[in-house]
Order: sequence, then C-alpha cells, then structure tokens
Amino acid sequence: MTGRFRVQQVFLDGFSAIAPMLPGVVPFGMTAGIAAVEAGLDPLMAMGMSLIIFAGAAQLVVAQLIGDGALPLIVVLTALIINLRLVMYSASLAPHFGPLPLPWRASAAYLLTDQAYAVSITRFLHGSVGGPKLWFYLGTAFPLWVIWLAATALGVWLGAAVPAAWQVGFALPLVFLVLLVPVIRDRPSFVAALVGGGIALVAHDAPYHLGLSIGALAGVVSGVATELMLHRRRGRP
Amino acid sequence: MNATTVWVVIVLIGFGTFLLRLSGLQLLGSGTMPDWLARTLRYVPAAVIAAIVVPAIVYGGPDPGFSLENSRLLAGIIAAVVAWSTRSVLATLGVGMGSLWLIDWLMP
Repeated sequence: MTGRFRVQQVFLDGFSAIAPMLPGVVPFGMTAGIAAVEAGLDPLMAMGMSLIIFAGAAQLVVAQLIGDGALPLIVVLTALIINLRLVMYSASLAPHFGPLPLPWRASAAYLLTDQAYAVSITRFLHGSVGGPKLWFYLGTAFPLWVIWLAATALGVWLGAAVPAAWQVGFALPLVFLVLLVPVIRDRPSFVAALVGGGIALVAHDAPYHLGLSIGALAGVVSGVATELMLHRRRGRP
Repeated sequence: MNATTVWVVIVLIGFGTFLLRLSGLQLLGSGTMPDWLARTLRYVPAAVIAAIVVPAIVYGGPDPGFSLENSRLLAGIIAAVVAWSTRSVLATLGVGMGSLWLIDWLMP
C-alpha cells in the first residue's frame, strides 16, 4: 500500500514540476498542426506525425521540407539528425532508472522529450525524489504527450483559419531559443551553437535542403575540437 | 510527395526516433558508452538547436534575409534576450510574438 501511495505521490510531483512548461507547449503544438496542414498533409497524417514521431522540432522541419518538395530520403535524414540529441538524453537518464523490463523501457523511451528530460534530470541531480525516479519522469513526460496531441489537433482543426498575419510559425524559434539557453554550459558548447547556427545560416541554400544538417554536424565537430584544444592547452605548464 | 510516400516517411522517422530514444536506456545492461561517443553527443543539443533557430529567424518569415523589412530579426534578438534572462517559454513566446506584431504594426 505504501509503495503504491509513493508511486502516485512521485508521479504527481513530476506533474507539478512540468506544469509551468505546459502552457508554452500549446502554441508550439498548434504550430506543428498548422504547419502540417499548410504543407498539404491531410488531418490524419498531421495527427499521425504527432503520435508516431512525437518530436516538435523534427515535425515542424519535416512539414516544411515536404511542403518545399524535398526528397523523401533527405526528409528522413534531416529529422533523424535533429532527433540525435535524444540519444544523449536517453543515456544520461539510464543510470537513474535502474534495470527496467522492456515494456517500461520502451514506454519511457517513446515519451522522451527535451522538456521532460530537462525537468527530470535537474531534479535527479540537484534535488530529491521521494520514490521511484521512473514515476517522477513519467509524471513529467505523460502530461506533455497529452497536451502535445491535443494542441496539434487544435492546430489541425484551425488550420488555414489562423490568419497568416499572426505569423504563428515564429513560435518554433522562440520555443527553441528557451531550450538553447541551458545547453550552452561552457565554452565548447557555446562554440558548437555559434558554428551550428552560423553554418546553417550560410548553408541555407545548400542543395537538397541539407543546410540544417550541415550546420548541425559542423557545430558538433567544432564543439569537440574546442574541448580537445582547451584540454591540450591546460595540459601544458 | 504522394500520400503513401508521406506515410512511409512518417513511419521511418517515427521508428528511427524511437530507436534513438531507446538507445541510451538500452545501454544499461551492456556497460557504458565509449568516451568519444559521449564527448561527441555532448555538443549535439547546442549545435542542432542553434542550427534550427538561427535560419528559422532569418529566413522563416514573409520578408526573409538580412533587411530592415525582416521584422523577425529584431523580434528574434529581443526574444533571445528574454530567453537568456528568464529561461521561461511563456515569457519568451509572449514578448517575442508581441514585439513581432508591434514592429509589423509600427512599420508595415
């Protein structure tokens, strides 16, 4: 009995930790729905993206690329490069969850997002969780999933009814600006962001819509190079 | 892209993304990640998010590029300052969208 009570309590703790972020997810999800409809996808496809892909930035870029007539292979490649960051989140959460049966591991993996990760790992590293950490994480991740699907549905339903003058597409860079702040922690990650953004900008007209991917790869390489350089310099007297 | 191709693309991305999400949790039983991989992955979020944000601000709007007509440049800078100082999604969305509309209203 105590066990089940504790699980519920921890789940609710996770929910209250993510709650301040939920209102910001609404315009973001709506934008994903609107973008999908504007790219010429039917409502079922738009909802399918939110359910099957469930990754905001990737969904928006995919809608844009499909609308621009990019090659299918490039669309898949670009989306997976955008989502590569999830590997790092997943690996950094693993030690906190302990050995899990496959269905739990799969559920935790499916629900993994920038926001759920950020809120959970902050609590795991700098606070205390009075019960199983997995349930705290699920308390952050599951409400996000519900809000995301509802917001996309709202965006799909409103679709073209939202006036172009509102420029709701601007919500994407705005939400991601907020996610960018905590990941710039030191000099190498600052260089990675600077080069990633700069090269993606210069490569905007690159063939096959590869600009974003080229920028991202250049950013990662320069982040690693900066780290190695700083290490070497520190190694000398 | 025809309907079938769109569905194939969605399912492939969904499956690939699921594998990416699962990969780290899967490492649990089989030891830790090699050093070079961990080091490389550390810079993925900063590089990827910046590569999404910067072109979306500069080329995303109705007047793309570096020109005075492109109101997203100024609104983006204002939003970046708010994001940096508050780390709040709501504040950044509010101030960012608000300044975009205000700039467009003042300088149509």
